[in-house]
Amino acid sequence: MCGIVGLFLKAPKLAPQLGAMLTEMLITMTDLVPDSAGIAIYTTPQEGRARLTVQSAEPDRDFPGLDADLAGAVGGTVTIERKDTHAVLDVDADRLDAARAAVTGLRDGIKVMSAGETIEIFKEVGLPRDVAARFHLSDMAGTHGIGHTRMATESAVTTMGAHPFSTGPDQCLVHNGSLSNHNSVRRELIRHGMSFETQNDTEVAAAFISHKLNEGESLGEAMEDTLTDLDGFFTFVVGTKNGFGVVRDPIACKPAVMAETDQYVAFGSEYRALANLPGIEAARVWEPEPATVYFWER
Amino acid sequence: MQTFDLETEGLRALNSQLHALKGQTNLTAWEIVNPKGAHAIAVGLDAPIDVTVRGSTGYYCAGMNKQATVRVAGSAGPGVAENMMSGTVIVDGDASQYAGATGRGGLLVIKGNASSRCGISMKGISIVVHGNIGHMSAFMAQSGNLVVLGNAGEALGDSLYEARIFVRGSVKSLGADCIEKEMRPEHYELLEDLLKRGEADAKAKPEEFRRYGSARKLYNFNIDNASSY
Repeated sequence: MCGIVGLFLKAPKLAPQLGAMLTEMLITMTDLVPDSAGIAIYTTPQEGRARLTVQSAEPDRDFPGLDADLAGAVGGTVTIERKDTHAVLDVDADRLDAARAAVTGLRDGIKVMSAGETIEIFKEVGLPRDVAARFHLSDMAGTHGIGHTRMATESAVTTMGAHPFSTGPDQCLVHNGSLSNHNSVRRELIRHGMSFETQNDTEVAAAFISHKLNEGESLGEAMEDTLTDLDGFFTFVVGTKNGFGVVRDPIACKPAVMAETDQYVAFGSEYRALANLPGIEAARVWEPEPATVYFWER
Repeated sequence: MQTFDLETEGLRALNSQLHALKGQTNLTAWEIVNPKGAHAIAVGLDAPIDVTVRGSTGYYCAGMNKQATVRVAGSAGPGVAENMMSGTVIVDGDASQYAGATGRGGLLVIKGNASSRCGISMKGISIVVHGNIGHMSAFMAQSGNLVVLGNAGEALGDSLYEARIFVRGSVKSLGADCIEKEMRPEHYELLEDLLKRGEADAKAKPEEFRRYGSARKLYNFNIDNASSY
């Protein structure tokens, strides 16, 4: 089974600890025998700046000089911060789309993990503790984040098959379950201009929500639509620049527990993931209802 | 009172100590601290002991229980008291999916709400839920009693055999072959006892409940076999 953890901070003073809190939550999910782990962190926005997180299987070949080459291709100021197999490229906000389009053409081995004003995604094959250490996840600060431990069922165990999936700016989705109509929904979304990196069912769910948001729906409306258009088992946790949402299919086999205090909203596939959060003893703890959308926005 | 710190001493040490308490023992009162949602706490007990878990538990707490009384002073994860044989399990908070699943005997009391599939395939256990229960509860329930002081979710008692279901509040929908049945004197008597043992007699009276059972059209019910249920 996959494991999901999520944390949406209400209290800004917890922001420096977001990565550490999420990493501890993620590691408790190791008993679900995961093959991969990943995390999406919404960092603090910086005026006029945006960021691309990219990945390469050969970072020593692909990352050196990438910032200069990207600046040459799209203009503006570009800086790079390498983290193991991933790198975060800091670009001018108004050049983000151009940078996203250009960066994969600069090196053969580059894959885009995420693009947006605040989102950064790191994911790899391996145990949660090792993946977290490689990317120094516990040092990261931010407003909200989602972590996932994968036990693959629908596509290969690869970096790109790990969650979170990001199919739109500052958007991400993680999934516990499996979808049975993902091939037909993928074909439909391709007709609407969406593009896909993998054969994975969860990427289809992420793109489905991105497509609905592109069409002008709110996050809540897009999540409602997953209940009518996606078939299969799912507990989804979704992130946007300002929002955090949870929805479970009507059968709700895939476990979920949530906790809310005046400091945060937290999600875990089981209570163990929440057990060490500050103030959990006094938190409102509940199991999200089936076929019910929950979301928080700031 | 024996106090066991699960965080420092570990799950295997706990369960093996509790399993060793066969037959006569004077170590009858146990308290488990720092459960932190751990799985399989106090499973497979078979002694007349009293165990209190101070906090919330993960999967399968008190599963397969025989004789023991296990109280969770918190909420319970999926499958609490799964396949219980006898004894009593009390959850002070809420219970997750399939509480009391396949239970063959004993009493499970949930003071908060129970989630989906409560009492699925129950085979003789009695379950008293002070709050609400989720969808598909008592699915294929074969025998025993499910008492709900609050409301029931969708598809209650789907494909029901001979378990008795009593609900005080609303039922969102009945599952296939589950129907409302009349309350007879023996049902009031049964409810009175279950409410008392379920620590719910101050909250509800037997007359406030409706009874649901099998229409017996989905399975081949033979009246000659009624005594074996």
